[in-house]
Amino acid sequence: MSAILEVRDIHTFIGGFHILEGVNVTVPLGSITVLLGRNGAGKTTTLRSIMGLTPPAQGSILFDGHPLKGKTPYAIAQMGIGYVPEHRAIFKELTVKENLQIAERKRGDLARKADFIFDLFPDLNRLIDLPGGNLSGGQQQMLAVARALVPDNRLLLIDEPSEGLAPVIIQHLMSTIARLAETTSVLLVEQNFRVASRLAQQYVIIDEGHSAVSGQMSDLIRDEALVQRYLGVA
Amino acid sequence: MSTTRRSSVLAILAILVFLIGVAFINSNSLGNFGITLLSGLFQGMLLFLVASGLSIVFGLMDVLNLAQGSYFMIGAYVAYDAQHSGGLLDLTSVLPDPNLRFVVAVALAVLVGSALGYALERGLLRPLYARPIFQLVLTFGISLVALELVKFIWTTTPYSWTELFGVRESFFELFGQRFSTYRLFVVGIGLVLIVTIALLLRRSRIGIVIRAGVEDREMVQALGINVRAVFTLVFTLGCAVAALGGAIAAPFLGASTTLGNVFLLQAIAVVVLGGMGSYEGTAVGSVLVGLAIAVAQDTAIGTAFAALPSITPMLLLVLVLLVRPSGLFGGSR
Repeated sequence: MSAILEVRDIHTFIGGFHILEGVNVTVPLGSITVLLGRNGAGKTTTLRSIMGLTPPAQGSILFDGHPLKGKTPYAIAQMGIGYVPEHRAIFKELTVKENLQIAERKRGDLARKADFIFDLFPDLNRLIDLPGGNLSGGQQQMLAVARALVPDNRLLLIDEPSEGLAPVIIQHLMSTIARLAETTSVLLVEQNFRVASRLAQQYVIIDEGHSAVSGQMSDLIRDEALVQRYLGVA
Repeated sequence: MSTTRRSSVLAILAILVFLIGVAFINSNSLGNFGITLLSGLFQGMLLFLVASGLSIVFGLMDVLNLAQGSYFMIGAYVAYDAQHSGGLLDLTSVLPDPNLRFVVAVALAVLVGSALGYALERGLLRPLYARPIFQLVLTFGISLVALELVKFIWTTTPYSWTELFGVRESFFELFGQRFSTYRLFVVGIGLVLIVTIALLLRRSRIGIVIRAGVEDREMVQALGINVRAVFTLVFTLGCAVAALGGAIAAPFLGASTTLGNVFLLQAIAVVVLGGMGSYEGTAVGSVLVGLAIAVAQDTAIGTAFAALPSITPMLLLVLVLLVRPSGLFGGSR
């Protein structure tokens, strides 16, 4: 399977701190890859480095064979990468409709995708004229994912979608992400190993700023010692 | 309506009732009362033209443009120069009709304001976005350079507008008093701009991008939008609107080197009083400060408090901040 994203040995510094010290991630086309690791391991920084929000100082990132290094975040997004950040980053003063409209890259993107998006998240259609700040945490998370679906993105970077959500909402969100992966490749950051193991085909464990282990999720599920060592769960 | 919003509306109504009440008590006739209100709205609209750019630029870019008053001053000088004979841009022979010449003079002022705003943002401000203190020093420095350039080109002598045109020389009568049609014309332009900018912010794509950028610039970029280009556009428009303010103020206030600083200080009071970065706060704040200055001018006549009109914006600001520390429509910035 060819790779849609190849992150090769990136090093990222934030405020003089060496946060990523050699991260390698490969996302095969049309699959879900999950970044696992303890709090502060560097998972979020890896996604932000890919988006150019905290650009890496060393290493290379290839998206569909094209280098991303040196490009601005908006140019990276325009290449077809959707980003759903940690804590959602919904525009609270904008209505749900405006939150979706702002993600349009071509006129009519939202109209074209509306049926698909509202089929995945029917609640959003009902809340369309409400300000984003009035939505519950689960609704905001759905809006954040829906926003990334408005343009024709070929890769979605989704950071901790289950954080702070009720189990029933997590279940709905994860089945939605699984449906998305039928048409889009996904690189997911997820703390909840149980959720991640059901969803992803590949995994990369980030530990203290570098990618420690990677492979097929089915192999990781069987390797309890590895899970215990890096993730602290069995 | 949320509690915060309700308390803002109550505060605005209380200030309005107080100002209108004092204006009514001060005036000995309905005509004088009307003149005070019209004068307040006139000053409020001019303030809005300076403060709107200051507020939107601050909200979106976190830049407090201390050169904003200079664009107002330059707008006044360019419009004056284009309208009158003997200046740098003597248009009297090309455009003998003073009405048409005024329209061209205002357009030229807006054009010069836009060009200078664009040059400042692209050439000097852009490399300093990560350094807020440097931005303050830079824009303050630019205001000093602009002042010296104006003195060099037009000297320090203030100019009174002498070349009258249709709307500037006409009056209308109400309650036995003569009212300047030009003041009403400026109030009309101000109101049209308030509504136009509000519609732009609420209904257009660029408006959505600006409002989103005020909340979270990084996320706007991550959605594929070139925020830097939006910064340039907003900054340029802010300077153009300030220059427009100077140009339409000049037929009444003339052109002088003190215009920039006077309007900048009052506009800063408006922006803080309205709530940093809030457009509706700036619109409401402009009207309140304009009315307060007019009432203070009226009150100060014949008393020893000649400085009352100049300190009134700051007094009002202090009062509002004591009750609402983030301004009338301010968030948590």
